[in-house]
Amino acid sequence: MEHIRTPKVENVRLVDRISSKKAALGTLYLTATHVIFVETAPDARKETWILHSQIATIEKQATTATGCPLLIRCKNFQLLQLVIPQERDCHDVYISLIRLARPVKYEELYCFSFNPKLDREEREQGWMLIDLSEEYKRMGLPNNYWQLSDMNREYRVCDSYPTELYVPKSATAHIIVGSSKFRSRRRFPALSYYYKDNHASICRSSQPLSGFSARCLEDEQMLQAIRKANPGSDFIYVVDTRPKLNAMANRAAGKGYENEDNYSNIKFQFIGIENIHVMRSSLQKMLEVCELKSPSMSDFLWGLENSGWLRHIKAIMDAGVFIAKAVSEEGASVLVHCSDGWDRTAQVCSVASLLLDPHYRTLKGFMVLIEKDWISFGHKFTHRYGNLDGDPREISPVIDQFLECVWQLMEQFPCAFEFNERFLIHIQHHIYSCQFGNFLCNSQKERQELKIQERTYSLWAYLWKNRADYLNPLFRADHSQTWGILHLPTAPCNFMYKFWNGMYNRFEKGLQPRQSVTDYLMAVKEETQQLEEELEALEERLEKIQKVQLDRTELRSKQSEPSKHSGFSTADGSTANTPQDYSGNVKSFPSRSPSQGDEDSALILTQDNLKSSDPDLSANSDQESGVEDLSCRSPSGGECAPSEDSGKDRDSDEAVFLTA
Amino acid sequence: MVLCTLARRFVGPLGTIIIKCKDFRIIQLDIPGMEECLNIASSIEALSTLDSITLMYPFFYRPMFEVVEDGWHSFLPEQEFELYSSAISEWRLSYVNQEFAVCPSYPPAVTVPKAIDDDALRKVAAFRHGGRFPVLSYYHKKNGMVIMRSGQPLTGTNGRRCKEDEKLINATLRAGKRGYIIDTRPLNVAQQARAKGGGFEQEAHYPQWRRIHKSIERYHILQESLIKLVESCNDQTQNMDRWLSKLEASNWLTHIKEILTTACLAAQCLDREGASILIHGTEGTDSTLQVTSLAQIILEPRSRTIRGFEALIEREWLQAGHPFQQRCAQSAYCNSKQKWESPVFLLFLDCVWQILRQFPCSFEFNENFLIMLFEHAYASQFGTFLGNNESERCKLKLQQKTMSLWSWVNRPSELSKLTNPLFEANNLVIWPSVAPQSLQLWEGIFLRWNRSSKYLDEAYEEMVNIIEYNKQLQAKVNLLRRQLAELETEDGVQESP
Repeated sequence: MEHIRTPKVENVRLVDRISSKKAALGTLYLTATHVIFVETAPDARKETWILHSQIATIEKQATTATGCPLLIRCKNFQLLQLVIPQERDCHDVYISLIRLARPVKYEELYCFSFNPKLDREEREQGWMLIDLSEEYKRMGLPNNYWQLSDMNREYRVCDSYPTELYVPKSATAHIIVGSSKFRSRRRFPALSYYYKDNHASICRSSQPLSGFSARCLEDEQMLQAIRKANPGSDFIYVVDTRPKLNAMANRAAGKGYENEDNYSNIKFQFIGIENIHVMRSSLQKMLEVCELKSPSMSDFLWGLENSGWLRHIKAIMDAGVFIAKAVSEEGASVLVHCSDGWDRTAQVCSVASLLLDPHYRTLKGFMVLIEKDWISFGHKFTHRYGNLDGDPREISPVIDQFLECVWQLMEQFPCAFEFNERFLIHIQHHIYSCQFGNFLCNSQKERQELKIQERTYSLWAYLWKNRADYLNPLFRADHSQTWGILHLPTAPCNFMYKFWNGMYNRFEKGLQPRQSVTDYLMAVKEETQQLEEELEALEERLEKIQKVQLDRTELRSKQSEPSKHSGFSTADGSTANTPQDYSGNVKSFPSRSPSQGDEDSALILTQDNLKSSDPDLSANSDQESGVEDLSCRSPSGGECAPSEDSGKDRDSDEAVFLTA
Repeated sequence: MVLCTLARRFVGPLGTIIIKCKDFRIIQLDIPGMEECLNIASSIEALSTLDSITLMYPFFYRPMFEVVEDGWHSFLPEQEFELYSSAISEWRLSYVNQEFAVCPSYPPAVTVPKAIDDDALRKVAAFRHGGRFPVLSYYHKKNGMVIMRSGQPLTGTNGRRCKEDEKLINATLRAGKRGYIIDTRPLNVAQQARAKGGGFEQEAHYPQWRRIHKSIERYHILQESLIKLVESCNDQTQNMDRWLSKLEASNWLTHIKEILTTACLAAQCLDREGASILIHGTEGTDSTLQVTSLAQIILEPRSRTIRGFEALIEREWLQAGHPFQQRCAQSAYCNSKQKWESPVFLLFLDCVWQILRQFPCSFEFNENFLIMLFEHAYASQFGTFLGNNESERCKLKLQQKTMSLWSWVNRPSELSKLTNPLFEANNLVIWPSVAPQSLQLWEGIFLRWNRSSKYLDEAYEEMVNIIEYNKQLQAKVNLLRRQLAELETEDGVQESP
């Protein structure tokens, strides 16, 4: 690689930011795809791998007596502080990384060189795992009111839309084209979600080019058609997800919002979600709070509050709740737009769909949802997540916010989702990693031109293959929480929005709960499954033996007095089917505990498996190690040594509590 | 008893009574008829402000359950001492306080260094606030180090000394060992205390000891914090911004962080530095007990079990003389400034909850256990939390006249609700994170009446089911394995002849 000025620097120190533990000494390697730090400590040889595409910023700080500090901030919220002995080396690393982290063309991205050793067929099958036409079928389409339109064949009408779109049957080609000309970037109203139960639908588009007074008959007819496609309601909601002021300002540029007087039977509603620039700086502020070294409670809460982040999350959620209610309770269809209809609109439509339809709360359903509302409808992944060198003002954590909304819902409805927090975190990671082709480019059209499916692999297949890691143990298909609509409390419960420690501090293991309930329950469930199998086998064997014995007993009873023993076996055999007897027995048998026998080894085994499940993510080697989680950590958290190891880590520990 | 404050309001003939409870619940009763309403209100008010303890519910409560084990005798100091005695040769149980004459807030039996006789203890008591001479709080079996607690030394402005005190404190250190005195007050507060006759240990007179000052808030500051917090939790009109700043302004989590940090520091000195510790604030009945008991939660696996935790409450709070009657009289809704009211015990429970949340598999009890203790500390049909110390409880003859909370709790039917299904004995020290990101508002207490916990309860139930089913299968499989083994040997026996 011509961009690597120096492939290897020795005697680099990796500073632990949370604990005041001594920095780890090691060697820094730059490769074509990763920055790798390998600790020299002979017993550890811990490795930290960072993908170039994860690098958000690189900061060279003032040289000190010990060397030249380099701060690498990653898009997955990892923060690396290196100290390089020689200023010159530091400069070379800095210059190299600046270039490596900002590829100029798609071909430089990791997914084009990433090879998980799958053959062509497996790769193709991977891409077929999520099929949107299946999804529309599942919704109950096409039907009497909605049809698949081929208007956008070869992206003739709108280049940021997919080719396959559902529109009302009564929307003629003339209406669609007319409407598209009256909408920003020709993103005309199209179906996002169809609610089978009452025919109401969620449609999406961009803002109308209404200016101060412009009208478009076809656009008005388009909205009319959407209303008619829902015979149960005599109006539709038009939801503009922008703050009213922003929408009004747009009128001066010939854009704007629908005038209720021009469109018959619409109810117009603003829901103030801020734009991408506000969101970008809000995240920035929140991350600054996370970066504070031993902040006080007040520092943290003030910082969190001032960042406004949770307020924005709430605004998105409120919009989703509004739409879900309009659809399910009022039976009214909703047309959602913002400016271009690819950021806030995507967030809001997908939150609403998630609230309405339990399918989207399953593993596969969630993949479908992202595929539908984000990938196919032209969310600009490359721009928003800075995968290629480009305008920094285009970058914004739009899908991060959606993932957080899902997490907030998971906290409220712990049994309602088939997947766990790790699933969301890994999706977030891969949106930025560029390891898989799914999130490349800004539209379906670009992806097709790049032949993404032929040249890269699909994340969905990868996640699906490892789905055991992503399951929520509390999810049960027949549980009441998994049915129907999720109803959030109507009262203004602001306290329900919490800081997502698991995401924004995910690399600071010392700040996370030290034992994972999810992993524990998954291990129990796995063991339960093994027990079920064993039970079946045992019962079979018992039956066989009993049969043999019975035959023998019968034989013997003919010859002599009946034996007492045969009575025992049948009596006990019958207790095996009456549950109350076991509950009495429960106490006398070992329950799971680390000191006891084979069931425990099963537990540790499964957690070991979890650990190695995602090599690229667990580059930071002590992450998600279930076994260690069961033991304890030093107060500073960084040190994993069990407490027996007294004295070893003493100075740093003391410092933590003394300064805190 | 559960009442905190009461308000009356009239609209036409309809009267409304709003009852604010000590567990933060607010109940509104609409009563037709002004007269009835007034009567009911004044009755409730009279009944909730009884001036004599002996008129309170515990003295009239007749248990409707069978007493399996009398809780009054569950955790006797002798038994607790017995648990350690094999390991402790340098300590003894002293009955110098038999008649509560030496220290009115200590129990009759306390553990002290063997080398110090009762006469010396009397002299030390005169040198310590409230007569609270240093006593053993916790013995760390792993390295033989100890936590002691006491009241502040009464050095006054002219630096009074007490040879016996110095001897006692030094007697707890083995040759060449060092110790830490953790003063829960900031240095300036401790210095100011000298003007009132109090003070702190001069290092010159306790050369083997190093003094560390922390700042855990006291009384009214904690009470104001609680009032603010509960107020903002009840505010239904706020927007997102105001919620976080109100949470911040209440300072509740700041207090949590401060207490936990001090406890971690104490545990760390003991476990990592191998040093003994003396902890005190001013009286040694509040912040001192928060720190000594939390340090034990961190260090001692037994205190993370149900029985061990009950023993801890008995030893470190009830016997140690935390004035429950004064601290837990009114709770969060009282407006009149109650001088002695303070949520010291609630803060302790909240800290335990924070550790429980970080180590969900290391505690034998669940959140409900902590909530239950909170409720009974403030209002109870049991006598356990009545009175301010052992001396008062003795005079009230609580053991004869009331039922112990432990008698009720330690029955299988009750325990099953309070047991943590995830518990797996963890014999290690558990070090919690005290970073702000790791501390949370205890929703189970503070948002209990303001949000539905239906979905969370369902999740808990589901968790219990998963584990119960696993245990049942385990039992079933074990049973079948045994049966098979028996049958097969039997088979063998039959076939062998």
